[in-house]
Amino acid sequence: MSEHNVRNFNINFGPQHPAAHGVLRLVLELDGEIVERVDPHIGLLHRGTEKLIETKTYLQAVPYFDRLDYVAPMNQEHAFALAVERLTGTEVPIRGQIIRVLYSEIGRILSHLLNVTTQAMDVGALTPPLWGFEEREKLMVFYERACGARMHSAYIRPGGVHQDLPHELVEDIGKWIDPFLKTVDDIDELLTGNRIFKQRNVDIGVVKLEDCWAWGFSGVMVRGSGAAWDLRRSQPYECYSDFDFDIPIGKNGDCYDRYVIRMIEMRESAKIMRQCVNRLLGDAKVGPVSSVDGKMVPPKRGQMKRSMEALIHHFKLYTEGYHVPAGEVYAAVEAPKGEFGVYLVADGTNKPYRCKIRAPGYAHLQAMDFICRGHQLADVSAILGSLDIVFGEVDR
Amino acid sequence: MSEALQELSSYIGEAAGQLVASSDIAYGELTLKTDAARILDLLTFLRDDVQCGFVNLIDVCGVDWPARAERFDVVYHLLSPRQNQRIRIKVATGEDVPVPSAFPVYPGADWFEREAYDMYGILFTGHPDLRRILTDYGFEGHPLRKDFPTTGFVEVRYDDEVKRVVYEPVELKQEFRNFDFLSPWEGTDYVLPGDEKAKQ
Repeated sequence: MSEHNVRNFNINFGPQHPAAHGVLRLVLELDGEIVERVDPHIGLLHRGTEKLIETKTYLQAVPYFDRLDYVAPMNQEHAFALAVERLTGTEVPIRGQIIRVLYSEIGRILSHLLNVTTQAMDVGALTPPLWGFEEREKLMVFYERACGARMHSAYIRPGGVHQDLPHELVEDIGKWIDPFLKTVDDIDELLTGNRIFKQRNVDIGVVKLEDCWAWGFSGVMVRGSGAAWDLRRSQPYECYSDFDFDIPIGKNGDCYDRYVIRMIEMRESAKIMRQCVNRLLGDAKVGPVSSVDGKMVPPKRGQMKRSMEALIHHFKLYTEGYHVPAGEVYAAVEAPKGEFGVYLVADGTNKPYRCKIRAPGYAHLQAMDFICRGHQLADVSAILGSLDIVFGEVDR
Repeated sequence: MSEALQELSSYIGEAAGQLVASSDIAYGELTLKTDAARILDLLTFLRDDVQCGFVNLIDVCGVDWPARAERFDVVYHLLSPRQNQRIRIKVATGEDVPVPSAFPVYPGADWFEREAYDMYGILFTGHPDLRRILTDYGFEGHPLRKDFPTTGFVEVRYDDEVKRVVYEPVELKQEFRNFDFLSPWEGTDYVLPGDEKAKQ
């Protein structure tokens, strides 16, 4: 073939490709098997969440957050709740805080289990998803027993959590931890030393730390490149500073390091969960789970039967909702995928004036072109898997 | 925490006071205001200065204030992992007044600015590829502007006869209702609907 016949090849990756983790359309420019340019087209799952939140009261906005990163719903609600609480100056009782931490860590395990196992599937392994999804199912039952829904929980609300947990549920969560660690060990044994898995992941998608910061990365992406940065430790929110856990960091910033970090983080999350369970059955066994002044959290049914004031509060909070003083805050949590932030502008009424949702996956996905250039076509799906993309939060 | 913020605020005031129009601390967060001409210098200063070290661009977004002469705010959120501090920078701009793109300083501004353009129509000069990102191919209008209706203007469906997705004007069985629940009895300064007809 003469020189002028050689041309680059453009292909569409997705939106129906199973390794696209949802509805991502990647336009790839290939030179042979080498990726020259990546142009991600997103927005196929755009639902206008931010616009909708502007037309709803603060309480009605909560369920939209479940539908962002739908593999770890409660972590998102948590960020919104923190933003509203910061503006209103609400204190959450300690039992409520521990329940929030407990369920945030369940969310982290849910997300990491899905990511680690499907990344393995992207590079050819079929067993890990089967093992991992069994544990996810059990965790979703814990979600269901706390709030009635497997996924769209609307459980962490501004002011606290919706309902108290029964003691049996806390005990069952405690009993789940040890068998789960065994499952993590099994997956570990299957993948961590696996020759094929290593060949597909080691030295693939290497990102230097200064590039990580400049591209707006957070979470596992910066930890994989060697930054000891975790919002739970560096800017503690809720009662995370009471808990004992370690933050794993990587050395090489490649896909394999990010995988190993996620595996270790699941064990650390289990460690935090165990401490939460002990406290929920110990020093924080009884007590309120949400703010008790009645101006933000509606009263329980029983109180409404006896107290006129409770009845009025219930009516007002479910129609008008509470007013949030004018101002602006940015509240961030360490979601499983990175820093999930809510920039809330309030104008003193019962509806947010502006609610910008800062999703970690959005910043990670925009660097696809930067990371993938010069890699082989097959590495694109490995890199995409290790970025941990969920389209609910990228497209909003 | 707030002492460190005060310190940071006064340091920025001393070292780069000519780049900042105003600064204040509310709810434990530092907000700087500047204008489009000085924003790039300010961002570069905050990134490169040893005492600041805001190397991580968290977010760029727009906010719409239709009543103002310069109706948009472009809000930048930066994070300094070294100082463990956050900072917010606001630039006011109009509908057809462009803001210099932060892309040369932070490559991560790329998609955030595309989103601000898509959602609000804020223009960024020097952006390598300022096209729509979240809305549909060929979408018209800027949906997060306050004067854009929540229901939108068009809806899509698959047409079996022409074998493709077609756009049609949006048609609702029930009008979108936006209830005004604000308490009328807490010292209002507006006239309740219907009251203007009452004889004084």
